[in-house]
Amino acid sequence: MSKPVSRRDFIRLAGLGAAGLTVASPFFDWKHGEILARDTMPGLYTKRTPTYCEVCFWMCAGWVHHNEDGEIWKITGNEDDPHCNGRFCPRGTGGVGMYYDEDRLKTPLIRTEERGKQVFREASWDEAYTYIAEKMNLIKEKWGPECMALFTHGSGGHYLGNLLRAFGSNNIAAPSYAQCRGPREVGFIGTFGEGIDSPERTDIRDTKCLVLIGSHIGENMHNGQVQEFSDAVDKGATIITVDPRFSIAAGKSKFWLPIKPATDMALLLAWIHVLIYDELYDQKYVEKYAYGFDELKAHVKTFTPEWAYGITTIHPHIIRETAREMANASPSVIVHPGRHVTWYGDDTQRERAIAILNALLGSWGRRGGFYNPAKPSVPTHPHPPYPKPKRDWRYAFPDKYKLAGLALASGLCDATVPGVSRDCNVRGWIVNGTNLIQTLPDQKNTLAAIQALELIVVIDTMPMEITGYADVILPECTYLERYDDLRISAHREGSIALRVPAAEKKYNTKSAWEMARELGMKLGLADYFPFKTQEAELDWQLKEMGLSLDEMRKIGVKKFPRPADDLYPLEGLPDYEFYTNTGKIELYATQFEAEGYPALPTYTAHEEPPYGFYRLIYGRAPMHTFSRTGNNPNLFDLMEENVVWVNPKVAKEWGLRNDQPVWLENQDGVISSSSIKVRVTERIRFDSVYMVHGFGHTNAKLSRAYGRGASDSELITRVHIDPEMGGTGMRGNFVTFRLEGAPEVQS
Amino acid sequence: MVEELITSGRLTPEVDPILHIWGWEIPLYLFLGGFAAGILFFSALFTLQNKENRYPMAVKILPFAVPVLLAIGLGALFLDLSHKFYFWQLYTNIRWESPMSWGAWTLLLVTPLSIVWAASWLEEAFPKFDLRYNWLKEILSDLKPYRKHMAWALIILAVILGMYTGILLSAFNARPFWNSAIMGPLFLTSGLSTAAASVTLLTRNQEERSDFTKIDLLLIAIELFFIIHMFMGFLASTQVHVQAAELFLGGKFTVPFWVWVVGIGLTIPAILEILELRKHHVPIFVSAVLVIAGSVMLRFIVVEAGQASRWLY
Amino acid sequence: MRYAMAIDTKRCVGCSDCVVACQTENKVPIGFCRDWIVETTTGTYPQLQMEIRSERCNHCTDAPCVRACPTKASHYGAGGIVTVDHEECIGCKACIASCPYDARYVHPEGYVDKCTFCIHRVEQGEHPACVAVCPTHAMTFGDMDDRMSDIFKLVSRRKWKTLIPEAGTRPNIYYLI
Repeated sequence: MSKPVSRRDFIRLAGLGAAGLTVASPFFDWKHGEILARDTMPGLYTKRTPTYCEVCFWMCAGWVHHNEDGEIWKITGNEDDPHCNGRFCPRGTGGVGMYYDEDRLKTPLIRTEERGKQVFREASWDEAYTYIAEKMNLIKEKWGPECMALFTHGSGGHYLGNLLRAFGSNNIAAPSYAQCRGPREVGFIGTFGEGIDSPERTDIRDTKCLVLIGSHIGENMHNGQVQEFSDAVDKGATIITVDPRFSIAAGKSKFWLPIKPATDMALLLAWIHVLIYDELYDQKYVEKYAYGFDELKAHVKTFTPEWAYGITTIHPHIIRETAREMANASPSVIVHPGRHVTWYGDDTQRERAIAILNALLGSWGRRGGFYNPAKPSVPTHPHPPYPKPKRDWRYAFPDKYKLAGLALASGLCDATVPGVSRDCNVRGWIVNGTNLIQTLPDQKNTLAAIQALELIVVIDTMPMEITGYADVILPECTYLERYDDLRISAHREGSIALRVPAAEKKYNTKSAWEMARELGMKLGLADYFPFKTQEAELDWQLKEMGLSLDEMRKIGVKKFPRPADDLYPLEGLPDYEFYTNTGKIELYATQFEAEGYPALPTYTAHEEPPYGFYRLIYGRAPMHTFSRTGNNPNLFDLMEENVVWVNPKVAKEWGLRNDQPVWLENQDGVISSSSIKVRVTERIRFDSVYMVHGFGHTNAKLSRAYGRGASDSELITRVHIDPEMGGTGMRGNFVTFRLEGAPEVQS
Repeated sequence: MVEELITSGRLTPEVDPILHIWGWEIPLYLFLGGFAAGILFFSALFTLQNKENRYPMAVKILPFAVPVLLAIGLGALFLDLSHKFYFWQLYTNIRWESPMSWGAWTLLLVTPLSIVWAASWLEEAFPKFDLRYNWLKEILSDLKPYRKHMAWALIILAVILGMYTGILLSAFNARPFWNSAIMGPLFLTSGLSTAAASVTLLTRNQEERSDFTKIDLLLIAIELFFIIHMFMGFLASTQVHVQAAELFLGGKFTVPFWVWVVGIGLTIPAILEILELRKHHVPIFVSAVLVIAGSVMLRFIVVEAGQASRWLY
Repeated sequence: MRYAMAIDTKRCVGCSDCVVACQTENKVPIGFCRDWIVETTTGTYPQLQMEIRSERCNHCTDAPCVRACPTKASHYGAGGIVTVDHEECIGCKACIASCPYDARYVHPEGYVDKCTFCIHRVEQGEHPACVAVCPTHAMTFGDMDDRMSDIFKLVSRRKWKTLIPEAGTRPNIYYLI
């Protein structure tokens, strides 16, 4: 690491500012040689470069600091950035570990044996591009260019998307939609005509009451949101948490409703019932903006708290009391839409119920509710029009998922599995920055899709389970070694953030920009890549906005004042038109009705765990982002593995002790390929177990993360598809304990 | 249920999950220090009482072991230091509140004095040994008149050294099991007992053996009294001290301590010594060896158990 | 002047950012840490309470480590902070044994190391790394002798506790509860 500042060096430095030293002398205790106790003297030599974080999708902007040898030392937040307000989260602070991880992908690799076996040969970039281009052209000739698909997560997606569109395919999906927040967007668009987006437009900073339904706020460490959450707690806002698990947020709540899992809809409907029938809702707001109130009122008539009690195990008086708390805080109340909401297959409808609650409480467009984000407009470079694909992924699902606003990663995967009655299967995948094996539920299905492919290219910084199946692995440099697309952020004030390389590339790696361009050249698509360097492209983009690359280097983040004072557009109840069919807030969703879906949410009972089984609930830990950070040395140091939370009653029944390794087996007989240690804790309900998602790596090239903890993904085999938008409900599995492992299973 | 977890993955070597900064080196050092203190104490005491001829092994011969024991002990201490080449910093500071500092300075005085002390007995202890150099002989005979002065100094220093081996531990408030004022007297007594036992083991003088067996018996009785008193003190103290005592009253140190230290290291040799004094035929060396072994075990178990005992919050 | 830290257990979500920020700022080797997170849950489901604390050296006013140190390597520095002079430390580990909070460790280079309140940053008018990074603003650092300081006001206003006060160490980390 860095060299310590020796005594002689220090004296020399001190000599330059001897006067200052005299004044500051109480700090320097020469007798005890305190100066020598230090090996860092920040400010004396460090320089910093702007970046925005790529460890998770929150993408906070910050500064990379260098030590006296010019090496990457630490990362801190950018004070001007609304995503982080100058403070990075543990993952962002530990982002340095991503750069220093010695297990990284270091050079292009081409498969030499069958998929799933980790046998590759090193290749030159040109060789790798040629291989990919030949296969892509083959697919184009034989089946059409739309049989190529791109799965992407992260900031390289824009460039690779440009490549795929230029090639002639629109099959571009991010698992963050159908495996995460899609139902929320569809449910809110169906109600308010607008989605929630990221970062969420929730005005937690100013709220008086925050209702969290199974949300992992705090543990998810979505930075700005958690900051506002803590502010709200400190200011005495009422927090109501609905969760079978005593989450971190539950620990800070005035009301914790330890609900029976899979029954949230009954609680939401009962709340709607109480708000309406006890006349607690915002009558003026509903009268002015809402459509379908009478239908809603008639619909929820029978959904009383007493009815919900039998389903949710939450006492009727608690349901009424919490509804009153919300109404008292109205309109500064947020029934939080959540983020990872693909649970039981009726998730869009549950999100609709949440949207309706917010509408009744008058929180949309009001202070302390949902604000109206401003987003700067940033020009993209001119290019010839993209060829129009003949088909896209929807073709594989006639009359299904009609409300899906974005491509479904799971849908594209399904459309790849042969044998389905359709005339176009997807034949080629490019997978960028997403470990599909762990990300998509039903691993058997994913593997069947992969084995049917003509080509699979994986672009990543780290070996992952998915890289084991790649035909070609293109090693991406980390975000600390590259320029990237501008981060364009919608927030209370719009902003853009710049990422520049903080260090030379450590290995023979490239950025997504370089890969997309160079592959584009091989495919004869040069016109779509007009800039020779990324610097030139960024500079052009910024100059179009009246800025420049040099200026952005100095500030990192540029905020744009709101063009109009419309942060809370419905404050004072002005006339307002929503982007819905009726121009109103649709309590009764006409868009849903038109497509043949229920216009009002109803409760459906979900399957319950059989005797000896427990519902598998998975979630987040603040120090890891899914499965991608498991091997990061700094973050591994904070959390090496996940554990399975077991209620003491259950532990007693099974004779389980803390730290005892167990294997989990689901109702379909799938056994976890690695063991997981037990944590006996009161923090989980007796009918459920809980584990953090993203562990149990099976790729032995991850020297730290390999075999640590267990993977929830491999136990998720019962996927409940959301009929409205194709979201994959992943809370339908139950597990039991096996005290001994299965015979060696090759996955 | 109370569940207390470190959730940031802390697993500091030598600290987590249970403190184990000190392995074999420190208990060995404490044992040897106490042993040396015991030898010096008896040697000095009986010199002052003019019994050097009645107790030749204790007064004249055993002191020759002291510099060796101290050297080995200091060697062990040095091995334990993790920042070894700064050890000289011990002697640029006098820290009255630090038992470690007390020990360092005491040893700095005791070690050379013990060499001089042993040397002054050379002629009488090993009459056949030829020094060859007359000037050396002269120096040694010049020392003899100062024996009484040296003896006084040694008695004081030996008590300090013997007590110090216990106080080093008892000064740690953070480790409840160590934090008992009995620890100093207990270790001093144990050191004296070790020295007495080794006299009985090595002497060929029947009178000396018998007298030292009696002394040892008395010391063992005192030791047992201290041990019982120590546990009474713990059990009558705060919760953390009760928990510390519970490590020995049903906890993981129960068998090693009561069987090895109290049983085999104190009670059995005491019985054997009583039998011996009553002229029953028992092998002489058994009780002595058991006492010495028990004394070693005492240090190892106390050092280990103290690290396992802690404050909980 | 008496430097102290107030840590708000209500604001803290236990994310461990303070731990990793300290490690990178101070180049603490992987596998070691100067601060850590403790999560305490009491009660029986569903009657539960939780407390989350970011813990570190308490920079005790009556520091047992300073007393135990034979060489003055552990000493009181500016503002009462307890620091270790690496070049005076012999690695006897008495200070580690003496600390009821287990806040110290042996650095791979041999000397004993622990939290310094980032005095190198404080001297330059910055907050300690953990305080500066904390996303939930759970930590406040300052001079308890200055009645106008944020920390003095916070500690005066809020209910607080220190860890193991019965150990007699007079800690300078206040946990707001």
